[in-house]
Amino acid sequence: MAGRPKLASGILLTPDEIPLDVVIRSVAHPGTGATVLFLGTVRDTGEDGRVRGITYEAYVPMAEKSLAEIRSAILRRWPVKKVTIVHRFGRLKLEDISVAIAVSSAHRAEAFEACRFAIETIKKSVPIWKKETLATGAGVWVKGKEIVEASSARRK
Amino acid sequence: MESVRVRVVYFGIAKDLAGRREEEFSLTAPASTEDLLSETEKRHAGLRRLRGLARVAVNEELAGESLQLLGGERVAILPPVAGG
Repeated sequence: MAGRPKLASGILLTPDEIPLDVVIRSVAHPGTGATVLFLGTVRDTGEDGRVRGITYEAYVPMAEKSLAEIRSAILRRWPVKKVTIVHRFGRLKLEDISVAIAVSSAHRAEAFEACRFAIETIKKSVPIWKKETLATGAGVWVKGKEIVEASSARRK
Repeated sequence: MESVRVRVVYFGIAKDLAGRREEEFSLTAPASTEDLLSETEKRHAGLRRLRGLARVAVNEELAGESLQLLGGERVAILPPVAGG
């Protein structure tokens, strides 16, 4: 790996393992009393049975833009200090971390809410697809949701 | 007749249904994204099952149903997404 990503922009799409220590440090702030970290991981069960792994595909330049929009939307809507969103692509094994979202704020309520909003919005507005490799070796695309603009996503 | 040339990029299941990642299309002007979708379905019948489900992005921006194409655009076919 060519150096550790610094996450200065708060957004990263990467084929490499997500460096959780870097993610957590990237939302550090002296005004913070709560940091919420959400991790999405590869599960062994899918719509079509037992799963052995997942291959994530991303339309990288567009996905980066929509992750950045989600991050900006959060910073506008909640009084949180910092937000970092990292999503992986490529071939992942069971238990691998596919997405990490860290939100820091003065108090916990807004950090939990903002983090929830981030993962729900990612699932419907970022051009990322996943193909599950089943125990049989067959590959199946996960059905997914029709893509909508990140900016049209509503606060829950 | 003037023609409109665009590059189409397929993602997710659309890539499997089209059997390729990307290709060129040459349409008769005036042409819209809707016209382009019909052309992709003519070339790859399997893509018809994404009708009403997939959306298109023109130069990395999600497009409405019938955006006009001028030529030189990069049009991505985006099936329902499943990040996270």
